[in-house]
Amino acid sequence: MSSVRLLVGTRKGAFILTSNGTRKKWRIDGPHFSGWEIYHLKGSPADPDRLYASQTSGWFGQIIQRSDDGGKTWEPPGGSQTPVSAGMPKAESNKFVYEGEVGEHLWYDGTKRPWEFKRVWHLEPSLNDPDTVFAGVEDAALFRSTDGGHTWRELPGLRSAKGHLWQPGAGGMGLHTILIDPDNPGRIFVAISAAGVFRTDDGGITWQPANRGLKSAYELPDPDSDVGHCVHRIAMHPSRPGVLFMQKHWDVNRSDDAGGSWYEISGNLPSDFGFPIEIHAHEPDTIYVVPIKSDSEHYPPGGRLRVYRSRTGGNEWEALSKGLPQRNCYVDVLRDGMAVDSLDPCGVYFGTTGGQVYASSNSGDDWTPIVRDLPPVLSVEAQTLAA
Amino acid sequence: MTGRTKAENSCRIRVVLPFHLRTLARVENEAAVEVDDPPTLRSVLDALEARYPVLGGTIRDHVTQKRRPFLRFYACRSDLSNEPPDTRLPEAVASGKEPLLIIGAIAGG
Repeated sequence: MSSVRLLVGTRKGAFILTSNGTRKKWRIDGPHFSGWEIYHLKGSPADPDRLYASQTSGWFGQIIQRSDDGGKTWEPPGGSQTPVSAGMPKAESNKFVYEGEVGEHLWYDGTKRPWEFKRVWHLEPSLNDPDTVFAGVEDAALFRSTDGGHTWRELPGLRSAKGHLWQPGAGGMGLHTILIDPDNPGRIFVAISAAGVFRTDDGGITWQPANRGLKSAYELPDPDSDVGHCVHRIAMHPSRPGVLFMQKHWDVNRSDDAGGSWYEISGNLPSDFGFPIEIHAHEPDTIYVVPIKSDSEHYPPGGRLRVYRSRTGGNEWEALSKGLPQRNCYVDVLRDGMAVDSLDPCGVYFGTTGGQVYASSNSGDDWTPIVRDLPPVLSVEAQTLAA
Repeated sequence: MTGRTKAENSCRIRVVLPFHLRTLARVENEAAVEVDDPPTLRSVLDALEARYPVLGGTIRDHVTQKRRPFLRFYACRSDLSNEPPDTRLPEAVASGKEPLLIIGAIAGG
């Protein structure tokens, strides 16, 4: 029987939740990296026991952790203790240095500010090489490691895509989504908070903004601007990589031409503000969002926690509430806080800022909490493992 | 053994790390590094990062070598955090009598 492993990043450590294919009983393992912020963990599709984790702290900066045994043990790549006689090796796995002239982006007051590395927001392993992994960082840039996380090099062409016009939002200017086209290895999409979506077709050398059709009337002086849209998350189904779904600051959007243009599919949602967006593993037109009341009130409308599902690729949405708190619930679900497994029926999972991780083993019809009292959940990733 | 080893013109410096860095470096109590005499903040941090590569970038920036803002360097009841990196460490630290303390600044609250 297959099994499921959830990788949960929280404000105070990482947790690994495992279950067999019935997804009824869960084992909870952690905290790993106790006391540290774990923005994101993700496993390699090519080797599910190869996991990468982003461990950060306001005191000690960025650490990259790697596991080669499914999260039982972890090691910063290249960071193990070395004998004095070994000379002066340096750990490079947490060294993120922008390429060339560092350049400038806009600051909150409209002045120019040099790019400055702060943390890794998202790690995206290659689809077919366990040693290749991408890192989306704040200040927004894309880095790649081809040696299992030992060293990182920036793909600087991204910041040439009007980077001088990017400006952080209140949450910082982080690159939070990396989507690799399974049919076209040179095509990658990234999304950046308060800058928008960008696409490369040559493996990351050159990039173009991919924001046509987005409307940001309440965020930008020019609602149709080329860059500056506060994209919260984008999602792609591997069977149909030309179709993208987006949860923007306001508005849920869809592109049918690989980001060439976008149109709104918010339809009957009670609020089109939110953070995560996910796609059913076996139904590319079934999508999930978690509406949040507004940009000023980050909790579900009416204090009722509801996932909304569209089975029509958008516009027509149904509320999924069975098993979720329907009163006095004022949590948020962050952009990396939702995931699906690939079992049948599809499992859907999300974590909240209140420390709950909810699971549905029937595509969202019914929900149950796996765990209720973790630290605020920053990210959830699901791995479907062969027996 | 800590303190001077005159035959080699070097000294062994005791370093107290904050909890999270001890965990990262897998050090249970104090760390100890050997540096040329006289020891400086820079030579001790260089040796510490060589001995424990995982600490690279966690105490000072990889590129600028500046101290991370929320860390402090104390020794012999003095705050050395803002001293130039090539400042000689106090005699009591060089001799091994006192450790160099690397402290995480309090968060307040």
